[in-house]
Amino acid sequence: MNFKLKDIGPQLMTVIAVVLVFGFFTYNAQVNMENRGIDFGYGFLSQESSFDVQFSLIEYDGSHSYFRAYLVGLLNTILVSVIGIFFATILGVIVGIARLSSNYLINKFAAFYVEFFRNIPLLLQIFFWYFAALRALPLPQDAEAMFGVAFLTIKGLFVPAFIWQNFNIFFYSIIAAIIAIIVIRYQAKKLQETQGKQTPVLLISIGLILVLPLISFLIGGVRLSFEVPVLKQLATTSFIYEGGVSLPPELIALALSLSLYTATFIAECVRAGIQGIGKGQKEAAASIGLTPNQVLKLVVMPQALRIIIPPTTNQYLNLTKNSSLAAAIAYPDLVLVFAGTALMQTGKAIEIVSITMFTYLSLSIAISLFMNWYNNKIAIQEK
Amino acid sequence: MFKYLKQLTSLAAMLAVLFTFTTESMAAKKSKTLKNTQKKGFVRCGVSQGLPGFSNADAAGNWTGIDVDVCRAVAAAVLGDANKVKFTPLSAKERFTALTSGEIDILSRNTTWTLSRDADIGLTFVGVNFYDGQGFMVRKSSGITSTSQFKNGISACTNIGTTTELNMRDFFNSKGIKYEPVAFEKADEVVAAYDAGRCDTYTTDKSGLAAQRTKMSNPDEHIVLPETVSKEPLGPVVRQGDSVWEDIVRWSLNTMIEAEEYGITSANADMMKTSDNPAIKRLVGAEGEMGAAFGLDNEWNLRIIKQVGNYGESYKRNIADTGILPDRGPNELWTKGGILYVPPSR
Repeated sequence: MNFKLKDIGPQLMTVIAVVLVFGFFTYNAQVNMENRGIDFGYGFLSQESSFDVQFSLIEYDGSHSYFRAYLVGLLNTILVSVIGIFFATILGVIVGIARLSSNYLINKFAAFYVEFFRNIPLLLQIFFWYFAALRALPLPQDAEAMFGVAFLTIKGLFVPAFIWQNFNIFFYSIIAAIIAIIVIRYQAKKLQETQGKQTPVLLISIGLILVLPLISFLIGGVRLSFEVPVLKQLATTSFIYEGGVSLPPELIALALSLSLYTATFIAECVRAGIQGIGKGQKEAAASIGLTPNQVLKLVVMPQALRIIIPPTTNQYLNLTKNSSLAAAIAYPDLVLVFAGTALMQTGKAIEIVSITMFTYLSLSIAISLFMNWYNNKIAIQEK
Repeated sequence: MFKYLKQLTSLAAMLAVLFTFTTESMAAKKSKTLKNTQKKGFVRCGVSQGLPGFSNADAAGNWTGIDVDVCRAVAAAVLGDANKVKFTPLSAKERFTALTSGEIDILSRNTTWTLSRDADIGLTFVGVNFYDGQGFMVRKSSGITSTSQFKNGISACTNIGTTTELNMRDFFNSKGIKYEPVAFEKADEVVAAYDAGRCDTYTTDKSGLAAQRTKMSNPDEHIVLPETVSKEPLGPVVRQGDSVWEDIVRWSLNTMIEAEEYGITSANADMMKTSDNPAIKRLVGAEGEMGAAFGLDNEWNLRIIKQVGNYGESYKRNIADTGILPDRGPNELWTKGGILYVPPSR
């Protein structure tokens, strides 16, 4: 009996303490809100929001509900996070490998980049890229065309819009190519395991992903045309581009600063991963006749990834959470649209902040789960 | 003997309880916020993060502005010293939470009085210290002289968490114009972005436009368009549920406005004690018991006028002389063609 109490006691006390603390906060909030005549409830989510948002991936204007505004903010947060993670990863891997280069210039340049960008607060970098870029970029009427069709101006990046005919056929051709590649990879692996034959999988894959969509153009009736942005005069000195797709400078500045900042940390993860592989591994691989490419692909990287993935997951999570600094430069992310404007217009502070916190938590957990799954997949398989 | 002693002690206990209740209820009448303020020795006041003329801190950290003066008036009334104010700069987004959570006791931050704010979120607006309306600022070089020249595709910079965001939508929708709203959290960034050319127009309350224009790299390059697209009555706000404190703030503001009406200034307030007009005498604490209901002494209003001045003095000092809005427009007394009209102090 005594033995059991000793076992359960501390845990029971912890649970009671947690319940009491949460209970106290809830009770306290309830009493105070009642005293001040504030209602609690999530009913406002279905009310008309009556404010507009600058940039949205789904159709939205002020006549939609607050819930729709929440989705707009959430999608914008996801968009900038995905763009940021994509570029931060590419840049991080390149810089990480560059730091190990034997070329003095490349090596030192990569080291300088890492030390410079990771040691300046992110908010300052965001302000720098936003306001410096705003000051440096031309007004729409002065902008030089890039490739004759795109314009980078103070009011954003204006690029041609794709206008598709029979887009679904094109889409199916891509799907077909992807399925074909998966099948070929599987077959190639089998072939290698049973007969030791090497197949140039990469070349075949590239060929497939190019050729199949090309066929859809030639005989599938797919047509692609471009809508090029056209300069339009609003007033004597005020211009804008119409038509095409416009990316707001806020999105560009935010994605740029998030990528540059996070890439420094990813570069260090990559460097640590590669340096973590013993020299003997490479020498042993070379001694059994693998080419340098094969050494990297088959021996070094699979092991290095196991070291790289867990800390890189942290950086992905950081980037996603850091994207909430968007509010400072008017990029309409979840914090600006929902925890900002919507909170102000409804006054539902507790409800909105709780939803926002829960959303970031879910986003982070989703990224974590995916990266853990990937990490397990590449981990040493005990057979 | 012991029997009696027992009864005696219970009687004494009952009396003690009764006495505590009576003193407690009188103190409660004095208002919890008032009690806390007097205990702390300063008024906790929420202001803007820097809006010249309304609430703006100089290099030495001294706050000035007509919104600041409302808090100073309350401090003069309840603490006897207009300088005993602790100012908390708040963004538009933070302001109501700061007030309802009890971080500040007065929000005097160019805040528009609307039905939903008054009724929904546990706040009470006590009056209007500036009648404003939303306007638009554009570059002179754009050649735009009226909002009727706005075209589809115009981009408009503004603050989040303001009535401006909603009015802007109403305005552009009613005109059938497609626009790009660019909304920042802080006013300084709005100004910087507009100044850099990110937006074609900058929209907020007209007083705000006039004040922010002074911060631009070249103020003469910008004009405020003549149209006013909304009603923006700006005024101080208190938490719901402390009606005595609410009354103190309301009548501190009213005192400043009424003092101007009767020509009482910081310079002549003491002399006005011997005035023949009972209305004037009431305003300088020389007649009636005008402070008792708030739990204050009788010269609370005299201190406001002496230390802060009347509304006209405050306006001149903060808004007219600084060149922000020399013309008082609707913020002139009702006796002089404006709409400033407050209930009488009696």
